[in-house]
Amino acid sequence: MNNLIDSITSNGTAEHNFTVKDLRPAADVRWCAGCGDYSVLSQVQKLLPELGVERENIAFVSGIGCSSRFPYYIETYGFHTIHGRAAAVATGLKVARPELSVWVITGDGDALSIGGNHTIHLLRRNVDVNVLLFNNQIYGLTKGQYSPTSQHGQVTKSSPTGMPDYPFNPVSLALGAGGTFVARTLDRDLKHLGAMLRRAADHKGTSFLEIYQNCVVFNDGAFDEFTDKATKPERVLFLEHGQPLIFGANKDKGIRLDGLKPEVVSLASGEYSAEDLVIYDEHDPTLAFLIANLTYNPDFPRPVGVFLNVDRPCYEDEITAQIDAAKSTPKGSNTSLQALFASPGHEWSIA
Amino acid sequence: MFFITVSAFTMKPTYNLDHAVIRFAGDSGDGIQIIGSQFASASALLGNDIRSLPDFPAEIRAPEGSVGGVSSFQVQFGNSAVYTPGDKCDALVAMNAAALKACVNDVAEGGIIIANTAGFSEKNLRLAGYAQNPLEDKSLAKFNIFPVNISQMTAHALADHKLSTRETERAKNFFALGMMYWLYNRTIEPTAEWLRKKFSGQPEILNANIEVLCSGWDYAVNAELFPVRYQVSAAPLPVGKYRSLTGNVGIALGLIAGSIKSGLPLFFGGYPITPASDILQTLTAYKHFGVKVFQAEDEIAAIASALGASFGGNLAATATSGPGMSLKTEALGLAVMAELPLVVVNVQRSGPSTGMPTKTEQSDLFQALYGRHGEAPLVVLAPATPAECFAIAFEAVRIALKYMTPVIILSDAYLANGAEPWRIPGDDELPDIEPRLTTEVPEGGFKPYLRNPETLARAWAVPGTPSLEHRIGGLEKQGATGGVSHNPEHHAAMVKARAAKIAGIADDMPSAELCGADSGEILVISWGGTFGAVRTAVESLQKQGESVAHVHLRALHPFPRNLAALMQGFEHIVVAELNSGQLVAVLRGEFAQNIFQYNKVSGQPFTADEITVFLHRFLAQKPVMRNAA
Ligand SMILES: Cc1ncc(C[n+]2csc(CCOP(=O)(O)OP(=O)(O)O)c2C)c(N)n1
Ligand code: SF4
Ligand SMILES: [Mg+2]
Repeated sequence: MNNLIDSITSNGTAEHNFTVKDLRPAADVRWCAGCGDYSVLSQVQKLLPELGVERENIAFVSGIGCSSRFPYYIETYGFHTIHGRAAAVATGLKVARPELSVWVITGDGDALSIGGNHTIHLLRRNVDVNVLLFNNQIYGLTKGQYSPTSQHGQVTKSSPTGMPDYPFNPVSLALGAGGTFVARTLDRDLKHLGAMLRRAADHKGTSFLEIYQNCVVFNDGAFDEFTDKATKPERVLFLEHGQPLIFGANKDKGIRLDGLKPEVVSLASGEYSAEDLVIYDEHDPTLAFLIANLTYNPDFPRPVGVFLNVDRPCYEDEITAQIDAAKSTPKGSNTSLQALFASPGHEWSIA
Repeated sequence: MFFITVSAFTMKPTYNLDHAVIRFAGDSGDGIQIIGSQFASASALLGNDIRSLPDFPAEIRAPEGSVGGVSSFQVQFGNSAVYTPGDKCDALVAMNAAALKACVNDVAEGGIIIANTAGFSEKNLRLAGYAQNPLEDKSLAKFNIFPVNISQMTAHALADHKLSTRETERAKNFFALGMMYWLYNRTIEPTAEWLRKKFSGQPEILNANIEVLCSGWDYAVNAELFPVRYQVSAAPLPVGKYRSLTGNVGIALGLIAGSIKSGLPLFFGGYPITPASDILQTLTAYKHFGVKVFQAEDEIAAIASALGASFGGNLAATATSGPGMSLKTEALGLAVMAELPLVVVNVQRSGPSTGMPTKTEQSDLFQALYGRHGEAPLVVLAPATPAECFAIAFEAVRIALKYMTPVIILSDAYLANGAEPWRIPGDDELPDIEPRLTTEVPEGGFKPYLRNPETLARAWAVPGTPSLEHRIGGLEKQGATGGVSHNPEHHAAMVKARAAKIAGIADDMPSAELCGADSGEILVISWGGTFGAVRTAVESLQKQGESVAHVHLRALHPFPRNLAALMQGFEHIVVAELNSGQLVAVLRGEFAQNIFQYNKVSGQPFTADEITVFLHRFLAQKPVMRNAA
C-alpha cells in the first residue's frame, strides 16, 4: 500500500477514553449570551464520548456564519472554511479518509443560499457525514439580513418593508435531493436535540439535521411557538417511528389521511381513535414528503423528529470499492513508477 | 541541405531532408486523428524527433463537409531536435474541399497537396465556399497538386471484401496514410500491428484496413504519382525508452508519480471543461494506483473537496480552464491562508468569459499571480512542452508538499493536446518527496503554524493523529498557535510570513537557463507553451550569426534567482507571449527595466517564422523601436 496516512494515524486504538472535559478548547466561546448555538455545542460535546469513536478521528468542517464558528469551540480536528463550501470540503475529507467521523456545521444562509448546490449534491451522493444545519431564519454573522428560511413578509435589516420572497422548507429540500436521513429538532428541547444528534451520528450516509436555533439578537423568538411550554404541545408534532401521529397538551389530537390529504382530527369527540391515525414509518419516503410538506401550513402543528431514515450505499464506499476492484485486477499487482509510465505497444527505444 | 539517392526498389530519386511537416485534414468523421497519430508513431519508431498537434472542430457535430467541421493533425519530424509541430506544411492531405479551404494557407510554397477528388463534389465545393473547383482552376498554381480519387481507390481495393458502403468509405483514411508512408519512406508494419490489436475481434474490418493501407502504398508506387520520395533519418536523441505524451496526460502521470514518491494517495476533484477534461478522464484509468477521482458539481466544489482531502492528508489536486479558474479563486485564498498543499492546474484557453474554448492563449498569468483578494502569494509554474507537463506536475507536487502551499500550473490548450516523444525516466531520476506530516506531540501542545526555520513551512498534522487535534481556517492567526487573531501586529507578521515562505522557494528551484551567449544585443524571454516557436526562431537567428539569446521561464512565481543577473548582459530584452503583455508588465515592475514586448492574442500559437521575422526587424530598426516602447 502506498499509504503513509495509514501508518501514522491511530487506526482506532488511541483515545477511546475521553470525556466532555477533553472536548473543551482553550478558545473562549464568543456567541452572544443566550444564543441557541450553545445548547447544540453542549449536546454535541456530551454525545461524542459516547460514540465509541476516538477523539482524534473526529473532524468538524464548517462554512461561515455565527454557527460555523463551532469547530473552534470543540477540541477535535476542525476546519473553518469559506461561506457555503463546508459540504464540498467535507466530501473531499470523507472520500480521502473514510474512517473519520466527519461533521458539517452550517447555517441557513450557508447551507441553503450560497452553498445550496453543495448541500443538494452532498445529499444526492449520500456521503457519510453528519450535517447540523443551524436554522435561525436569519443571517446572524452579517447582522440581521433575511435568509432563505426567513418568512415571507418578515421585517429584517435588508427587508424593512417585508421579505418579498418565500422560504425553503429545509426538510423537503433535503428529501427532494435524495437525503437518506432527514430530521428536525429544537435547540431548546435538549432531550430531543440529544436524541436526534445520536440518531444522526448512528446513521450511515448523509445525516441531515435541521435545528431550529434561536438568534437572540436578530431574530429573537422566531421559534417560541414551538418551544414555549404553553404553546409547544399544540404546535409541535413529534414524529416517532411506529407510533401514531398524536399531539396536543392532552394528547387528544392526531393526523389522519383522507386519501392523500392529511387532516387534523380530534380524539376527544370519540369519532376517531389512535387506530385511525397515520402510523409514522420513517422508512417510507412518500410519507416523509407528505408530512414534511405540513411544515409551513398554519393549520397543522410543526413536525419534528426523524422524517426519513433509509439505507443507500455511500459515495465514499463506492469510490473505495472501485479502487479495490481495480487493485485486484492483474494490472493492480504492479503499481510501480515504470508500470505507470508504460504505454504498451506505443513505446520505442533509442540505443 | 539534402542529397539524393535512387531507391533500387522504386527507381525513384529519394531526397534526404533534415525535417518535414505534414498535415492530414478532413471531415471530423474521416479518421484524421487516427492516421495522424499513426504517422507520428511510425516516425518516432524510425528515430525521428517529432512534435504533433491535433486540431478539432469546436462543435461536437459540425455539419459534414463544412469548414467548421474540419479535423486536422499536423506533425513535424526531423533528424535533429524539432521544437514545434511546424509552421508551414510540406505536404497536406485534404480529404475534401473544406479541408483544403481550411488548410491551404498553411501549406508552404511548392508544397505537396494530395486532394481526394471524391470530396470535391458540387455540394462539397458549395459547403466549403468555393465558387469553382480549385483543383481545376489555376488558384493552386504555387503548389504541387496531386488529385487522387481516394474514395474510389478504396472501394476498388475492397471490392472482394464483404463490407457495407459505409464501412468501405470509412477505411479511406488508411489509403491516404499508405500513400504518405511511401512518399516519406515510413514502414507500414507498426500501423499494421496496431490494427491487428485494435480489431483483433473483427477480422473483416482488420483485413480491409490493412488491404487499404497497402493499396495506398502500392498506388503511390505503381501510378508513378510522385516524381520523388523523401527520407528523414533518425535524430540523435538521448538513449532510452520512449513513448509519446500529450500535455494533459503528462499532468495526470506527473500527479500520480508524485503520489507514488510521496506515499500519499492522490485525490483529484474536477469538473469537466475544455481543454482540461482529459486530465480528469485520464486519472480515472489509474484507480489501481489508488487514485480517487471526484467529479464535483462545479469547480468550487472541485477545489473545496480537494482542500478537504488535503486537510485529511491526501495529495490533492484539481484541474480546470479559465472560467473554472475564476470559480476557484476564493478557495485558493483559503488554501493560501490554511497553508495546505494543493496542486491547481489551469489549462489556459482564449478568454475572457467563454471566449474560444478550444483555442490557446497565455492570458491567465495575471489571474494566477494576483487573482485573489488580500495578499495571497503562491507558487506559479508553467511547462514549456507537452512532455514537460509531466516534470512540472511532479515538481508542483514536490513544492506543494514540502512548503505546505498551493501551486498553480499554467498549461494551455496547445500543450494539452500536443504530443511529443517522452523519454521515460528511471525510478532514480525522480526525487523522493517528503511530506511535512507530523505525529510528534510537542511539549506545551501542538502549534499548527510553527514554521520550519529553513523552509518556513508549517507542520501537517492530519485528523487521526492522536493528541494533535487543532483547528485551522480562513480567519487570520495569532502566529504559531494558529489561534484566531485580529491583532494588527499579528496580521502584519502573518502577511509577511506567507510571502517570505513563497519567495524563499526560489532557492529550491532550478536557475533559468540561457540559450546563447551570456551577453549580446537581444535577450528573448518567454514562458509556457511558446517555448518551441521561440527557441526555433532564436536558434535560426543564432545560426545566421545574430546576437540573440533566449531564456524560457518555467517558474513565474517566484522567479528564478539568476534572472536579474541574466538580463544584465543584454542591450535589449524582448518578452514574447500570447497575451497583450502580462509577463512583460511583471518583469518591468520587478526589475524596473525598459523591456520590449512581442504579443499575439488570436487564439493561435506563435509560429517560429513570425518570431524570426519580428526579431529580424527588431535587429534592423532597434533605435526606432526603442523610441516606440
Ligand atoms: C463569499 C461570501 N459572501 C458573503 C459573506 C458574508 N457572510 C458571512 S456569514 C453570512 C451569512 C450567515 O448566515 P447563516 O449561514 O444563516 O449563519 P448564521 O450566522 O445565521 O449562523 C454572510 C452573508 C462571506 N463571508 N463570504
Ligand atoms: S447573532 Fe444571533 S446567531 Fe449569532 S451568536 Fe448572536 S445570537 Fe447567536
Ligand atoms: Mg442563520
